[in-house]
Amino acid sequence: MKAMESTSIQQGVTVGAKPEGYEGAGFFATSLDKVVGLARKNSIWPLPFATSCCGIEFMATMASHYDLARFGSERLSFSPRQADLLMVMGTIAKKMGPILRQVYEQMAEPRWVISVGACACSGGIFDTYSVLQGIDRIIPVDVYVPGCPPRPEQIIDGILKIQHLVETESLRRRDSPEYKAMLNKYGME
Amino acid sequence: MEGSTQDNVISALKEKYEDQILHIDTPYNFLTVSLKKEKIVEIIQYLYNHPDTKFQYLTTLCGIHYPELNQIAVMYQLHNLVANLRIRLKIYLPAENPVTPTITPIFSGANWLERETYDFFGVNFEGHPNLKRILNVEDMIIFPLRKEYPLEDQRREDKNDTMFGR
Repeated sequence: MKAMESTSIQQGVTVGAKPEGYEGAGFFATSLDKVVGLARKNSIWPLPFATSCCGIEFMATMASHYDLARFGSERLSFSPRQADLLMVMGTIAKKMGPILRQVYEQMAEPRWVISVGACACSGGIFDTYSVLQGIDRIIPVDVYVPGCPPRPEQIIDGILKIQHLVETESLRRRDSPEYKAMLNKYGME
Repeated sequence: MEGSTQDNVISALKEKYEDQILHIDTPYNFLTVSLKKEKIVEIIQYLYNHPDTKFQYLTTLCGIHYPELNQIAVMYQLHNLVANLRIRLKIYLPAENPVTPTITPIFSGANWLERETYDFFGVNFEGHPNLKRILNVEDMIIFPLRKEYPLEDQRREDKNDTMFGR
């Protein structure tokens, strides 16, 4: 469920914002992409690619106190074929790069990538011969969450931004030439 | 107690290999012997078997780069499990071509330790069953822990040098 607007108890609680549409007795008509966006954004199945300390913060985010499952990420998938969101959390070494790329290529469209923590975003404090200086050198990233490590609230903020991207994405985006050009920049079809 | 067994070790080493010893020192009460590189495998085997020394556990082996001497040292640290005694053996190899025989016939644990020394310093161990890089990417062309190579990735354009103290 989305975070609630602050209303008094008498007025009731807004669980999620309603898209524009035509309402009647027992039906609600709106455009297809709004319905699909709403359905997709509230059931994102993440693949936690947790490598180091940010993975521990992710464990805290999934636990009961901060609970990522409230936002629909109840089922974590460790198989890329069944995941929507690749969460890269932690330092990625240069030796790990091809493996991360292989995991990303195995995901089915539509897929999103969130890069959690300073090491995944830019190499962090490890500017050395062995650390990849940011995963956006090898895969396209949608949302960056800075921090070392970011608190669970910040990771949730990143997930909410991913939810906004998911909700507002056009259904034809993955076939568009701009998207294909972007994938070509990374050497993928 | 510990002083006397260190002396036993030194005298056991000197009775056969006096000519190979370059320097004996005990920094922080840790017996350190610098040796010539030619007979190191024999010496380690001798220290393994000799009843006074019996160094039958290889704690670690690593490389050290001395750029001002243009040498790469290989340091072996051996441990005597019965008498609780340690010894450090150092040999010095020329930095242009650091080659030394492997000690895997004596200690199988030296297999990965020598691969790590090759990976980071470029020391070639003759007779090693599988000498290839262990921690770094296979197609890396440099030996990172030598002091002539900079620590940072040189291909970054986005770092502001003034803020990083350079």
